[in-house]
Amino acid sequence: MAHFTRGFTGRPRRGGNDRLPPGQYDTGESWPTLTAELTPTIDVDEWTMAVDGLVDTPTTWDWRGIHALPPSSYFGDIHCVTTWSKFDTTFSGVSVDALLDVAGVKPEATHVFATSTTGYTTNLPLADVTGGKAWIVWDFDGKPLPPEHGGPVRLLVPHLYFWKSAKWITRLELRDHDEPGFWERNGYHDRGDPWLEQRYQGDA
Amino acid sequence: MSDLTQETTSAVASSWTTGTVREVEHLGENFVKLRLEVADRHDHVPGQHYVVRLRAPDGYTAQRSYSIASDPADPLVELMVECLPRGEVSGFLHDVVEVGDELEVRGPIGRWFVWGGTTPSLCVAGGSGVVPFVSMMRYARRTGTEHLLRVVASAQTRQKLPYVEELEEFGAFIALTRENQPLPDGSERVAAHIYPDELVPLAEGVERAYVCGSVGFVSFVGRSLGEAGVRSDTVRVEQFGPTG
Repeated sequence: MAHFTRGFTGRPRRGGNDRLPPGQYDTGESWPTLTAELTPTIDVDEWTMAVDGLVDTPTTWDWRGIHALPPSSYFGDIHCVTTWSKFDTTFSGVSVDALLDVAGVKPEATHVFATSTTGYTTNLPLADVTGGKAWIVWDFDGKPLPPEHGGPVRLLVPHLYFWKSAKWITRLELRDHDEPGFWERNGYHDRGDPWLEQRYQGDA
Repeated sequence: MSDLTQETTSAVASSWTTGTVREVEHLGENFVKLRLEVADRHDHVPGQHYVVRLRAPDGYTAQRSYSIASDPADPLVELMVECLPRGEVSGFLHDVVEVGDELEVRGPIGRWFVWGGTTPSLCVAGGSGVVPFVSMMRYARRTGTEHLLRVVASAQTRQKLPYVEELEEFGAFIALTRENQPLPDGSERVAAHIYPDELVPLAEGVERAYVCGSVGFVSFVGRSLGEAGVRSDTVRVEQFGPTG
């Protein structure tokens, strides 16, 4: 294999950008939309969010109930496996920790399995959604999250590739084992750390 | 979401390999067809894509995904690349790449937006979104399963629709949004997105729909399919481009 691509120099760039994981580019103001299914229409009056599985108290929140939890925001970067990264995003909602505190995580729980209203699923180690690393969000830049980006409510796990941040989330199930979700069954990595470039199955 | 076991026979290539450019063909101002000889190649399922990675002398890399247009039995892997404004990778593939160049490639990738030749399906493409469907059409023709595949392709003009002749030959329904089209009965189809009454007969009896195109196009087609009675959980989507 060639060490470099004949004739390719890339965009002009200033030194290394230490906020850009390997193989990513800065998408700037735009926010590409990538989904495997049609955008559903979700009525917030009927929306619910459940945390169940290996918890002490399986709990379901409705729109008002989840808004009554202590608010929490994320300010920072997001990274999509399709190689765009978006800097300085602001999402607001609640920390996943807040939901898990209410439900009470059993000691044997090691993973969470996130499910959307569409049937989309994704798997995450518990450690990747606790300790202030994951949110359930409904606002982006101070405005309601648009449906094509997962509105009214999506999971946000910004330190992993964005397919882990399940759009239109409706359930987090705590489990004592790992099991691939939708994209993971379809060829994507089980964890998806952008800094390790864990894009597809078979990556380190 | 439904089980995919019937159509997920191909493994994701877990490492990068070399794609040697054997043919380069420019189509209009915006499209380039690249045909690659891929080392250590894995067979693909129609609808899958490859990632192309470019590497600068200083180690900087850029990579993008491109749908495969070729039939799995084709000895070369065909990618159709639309040159995007200020496209770092697409611009290079369009303007610089020559026969004999070696590109780093990885694939085939994706096991969801795939057609294995067994499910009666409707494919709806906007512009360069036709590429994965070209692979499906070629596969269908070779395996005698054309009757299971209906294709709708929409573009602003005929000029902006890659593979337009091949689509017509396959019997695809073509909807131009900025050019009127003569119809066999002597009348004209007035330029517009596909009309609901055009979509309804095409959607009849299909068990799955695939939609590939820009975000706005996919959203429009999604609503139209719903009106045509297609259940949203049977629709598989691949969309590209910014939301604006």
